[in-house]
Amino acid sequence: MDGAMRASNERSSADERVAEERVGEALRLDGNAAAGILSEVFAPDLTTARATCANCGTARPVGALLVYAHGMGVVVRCPGCDAVVLRVARTPTKVWLDLTGARHVVIVATAPPA
Amino acid sequence: MNDTSVQGAAVSVRGRIAWRVTTVVDSVPETPRARTLVLDVPGWPGHRAGQHVDVRLTAEDGYQAQRSYSIASAPESARVALTVERLDDGEVSPYLTDELRAGDRLELRGPIGGYFVWDVALAGPLLLVAGGSGIVPLMAMLRHRAAALATAGADARHSEPARLLYSCRKWDEVIYRDELARLVEGDPTLDVTLTLTREAPAGWTGLRRRIDRMMLAEVAWPPPERPNVFVCGPTPLVEAVAAALVELGHDPARVKTERFGPTGGSRAQGATGRQQWTVR
Repeated sequence: MDGAMRASNERSSADERVAEERVGEALRLDGNAAAGILSEVFAPDLTTARATCANCGTARPVGALLVYAHGMGVVVRCPGCDAVVLRVARTPTKVWLDLTGARHVVIVATAPPA
Repeated sequence: MNDTSVQGAAVSVRGRIAWRVTTVVDSVPETPRARTLVLDVPGWPGHRAGQHVDVRLTAEDGYQAQRSYSIASAPESARVALTVERLDDGEVSPYLTDELRAGDRLELRGPIGGYFVWDVALAGPLLLVAGGSGIVPLMAMLRHRAAALATAGADARHSEPARLLYSCRKWDEVIYRDELARLVEGDPTLDVTLTLTREAPAGWTGLRRRIDRMMLAEVAWPPPERPNVFVCGPTPLVEAVAAALVELGHDPARVKTERFGPTGGSRAQGATGRQQWTVR
C-alpha cells in the first residue's frame, strides 16, 4: 500500500514538475510567498519554522524553501534536492495540505520580539 | 460586496490574519510605472520591515484575484504604504496604479511573513540588494533604520551601517530616488550604489551593468564581518546575486531572498477586455 501511494505521489509530482518547467523560472518564488496561504491553516507564522526535507534530510526555515505558485495554491520544494516538501491547495470549499515531504516542521513557540 | 457570503468556506479555516477593508488615503506617483498607495487600516496590528500583505480584488460575479505586495512604510509609520509597479498585462496592478483613488476601499490581509524581516535589534552590518521594485521591502528596512536610529547616538549608527546596491533599467525608473538621496545625505553610515542597466542620463558616471560578482565584492562587506543580507527583485536577479554572494564566501543562512514574479492565476482574457472590480 505504501508503494502504491508512493508511486501515485511520484506521478503527480512529475506532472507538477512538467507544469512548473513550462511556466519557467519566473514563477519560482521563496517560502515567503506561501506565508499568506499557510496563514489560512496555521496560526503561527510558518516561514520562520524549520522544515526538514523528508528526501535529503536538510532542515531550513520554510521562508528559505522554493515556492511554485499556481492558481490553486503552492508547491514548496527543497532548494537542495528539489523534492516537494509541502503542498497547499485551495478549492472553493476546502484547503488541502500535503506534508508528506516534510520529515518534521519545528515551530518556535514564543514569538520573536516585535 | 457582501462579506458574510463571499468566503464562507474560508471562515472555518481562518487563521489569525484576517482580511480587512482599508481606505486609500493617498496615491502618490513614484515613477512613470510605480505608485505608492497610502492606506488607513483600522485595527492594524503593526508590522516588521520586510513583511508583505495580500491584496484581494473581487469582480461583480464573485471572481477574485489575489496578489502579494511588500509594505514600503516603516513600522514606525501610522499608515501602511504599498508601492505597486504597473505590469501592463497585469490583472491587478493596473487597477491599483491607474484607477484607485483617495477614498476608495481596498481589501487586504497582513502583515504576512516573519522570515524576510529586519529590525535594528539584529546587530551587525546591513547589506541590501534590490532589482527594480524589489527596493520596496528594503526601503521599509531603511526607513525603519532611519527612524529607530534617529534618537540613538552615533555609536548605534556605526554599529549598524547599511549599504544598498540597487539595479534599475533607467534613471526615471529609480523608485524613491529623492528620498534615498536625502537619507544618504543625513547619514554617513549609509551608502547607496545605483547601477543602470539599460539607459543612463547624459553625464552619468555611475555603474552601467547588471549586478555581478565583482560589483558585489566591491560593495559588500567581507564575509567575516557577517552582514545581514537581504536580496529582493525578479527571480533571475535574486538567484544570480544570492549565488554570487555565496561564492564570495557569505553564509547562505545570512542571505535572505525574496523573489518576485507574476503570481496567482488570472482569468482568461474575455471579450470584455479589462476586468471590472467592485471594491466597495
